[in-house]
Amino acid sequence: MIEDVFREEWPRVVASLARRFGDLDLAEEAAGEAFLSAVTGWRDQLPPNPGGWLMTTATRKAIDWLRRESQREAKQAESLLRQAEPEPAHVIEDDQLRLIFTCCHPALAPEARLALTLRLVAGLTVEEIARALFSSEAAVGQRITRAKAKIKAAHIPFTVPERLDERLPDVLAVVYLTFNEGYLAGSGPALRTDLSEAAVRLARLLHAQLPDELEVTGLLALLLLTDARRAARVDETGALVTLDRQARTAWDRALLGEGHALVRACVRANRPGPYQLQAAINAVHTSAPRFSDTDWHALASLYDQLYALEPTPVVALNRAVVTAEIHGAQVALADVEALHLPDYHAYHATRAELLRRLGRTDDARDAYTRAIELARNPAEIHYLTRRSWEMASTKGSP
Amino acid sequence: MARSLMSVHGADSDFDPANGKFGGYASAQEAEAAMAATGLFNQKLVDEGHFVFAGGLRSASTATVVDATGDKTAFTDGPYLESKEWIGGFWIIEAPDLDVALELAAEASKACGGAVEVRPFAG
Repeated sequence: MIEDVFREEWPRVVASLARRFGDLDLAEEAAGEAFLSAVTGWRDQLPPNPGGWLMTTATRKAIDWLRRESQREAKQAESLLRQAEPEPAHVIEDDQLRLIFTCCHPALAPEARLALTLRLVAGLTVEEIARALFSSEAAVGQRITRAKAKIKAAHIPFTVPERLDERLPDVLAVVYLTFNEGYLAGSGPALRTDLSEAAVRLARLLHAQLPDELEVTGLLALLLLTDARRAARVDETGALVTLDRQARTAWDRALLGEGHALVRACVRANRPGPYQLQAAINAVHTSAPRFSDTDWHALASLYDQLYALEPTPVVALNRAVVTAEIHGAQVALADVEALHLPDYHAYHATRAELLRRLGRTDDARDAYTRAIELARNPAEIHYLTRRSWEMASTKGSP
Repeated sequence: MARSLMSVHGADSDFDPANGKFGGYASAQEAEAAMAATGLFNQKLVDEGHFVFAGGLRSASTATVVDATGDKTAFTDGPYLESKEWIGGFWIIEAPDLDVALELAAEASKACGGAVEVRPFAG
């Protein structure tokens, strides 16, 4: 309960303080202190306006901090205190958008953008970020501190950039990376949920602020349609469950409905981009009542469009999975073997699957072994190991 | 307004066309085109109030290092750091924030034909 309020209010408070005081460090410190006061002060009883309470408390903390720092700034602080009336909602929402663009500024290293966004916008603690990114608290803390210092020293502005088209991809990449870390990273399931939920919150925030940016709509749809299948993705033994074997009744209908509506809006606008196409691919998969009902020709067309925009071997690999369903494993295997992805576990896993279908058991086993060596995610390793083992035992049986 | 250094780094070379040295450029034409573009860019900086100072440097081999931190002042021939790439020229500019500075740096890079490092001054 309190946790939900915190997740919701954290970016609003940090963003508003960052603009009013022009200092990210101060904003983070003061917001942190206010949220700590709330934990001890509220106990089980939420105040009538929790958001307003947090904003006012954080503003006071920031002014107290300024008073301790310098007498000269204390005078300015007094005038700020007098102005500390509730801000209109649209100003606070603009502040959040500014904060995201500042945290994802191209002058910051990509890993710093990720850590800073998770801390300042998504409200994760340094400890949570370190666990989620397989890094140490010291390293993450230093990365965030250094990024904040650069923002200050190099005068990275607290604004939504004029050339939104150029800068938006950096922001979307951070959100997508956050989601993928949550979805496919190693370690326990609770951590993964943390990051996935943070990414969905960020995508919702962006979509609310930029409803006409179709790639934002596409990204939100993609995350919702992927997240909707979370419960069906891992079985009770902790192994990954592939799409053909998932219990489709376990998919989250509400998230699917929301995701499908967003994809329809993108299709109507007819200006496809990579996130929109990936969302559409997921919409096709999740529209089929059974795996055998999947519209493979629609998927092939969407993958062709995606490949035209992003001619990467990873897209070609995913397209080959669709080719296998339409033209058979032999044709798909030729497509896969034309790709150069020697260190990508999914390349070897896909190749193994096709070889298995073609009855080339020994080659398939070698490919599974390579995939298992390269995979990081325990659920995938578990699945691939079982798959390889199933095949071996089939061979031995009459 | 904040002051920044924009420096250009590249392979070190004198501008000595008679001996086939074009200041890091492939040909005399390329060097002249870059000079002309840089001249236009400098004028733009002046017109828009960003200009503080700009200049190209002689070859790093003409540098002398002076170290007076010890008892005796030491003079050493050559640049301070051994490197394959050297600072070849620089601008000092005024800009309201980093977004403006980065846009100017992109124009500077196009004009002079090299990568440009933007670094804020302290204070």
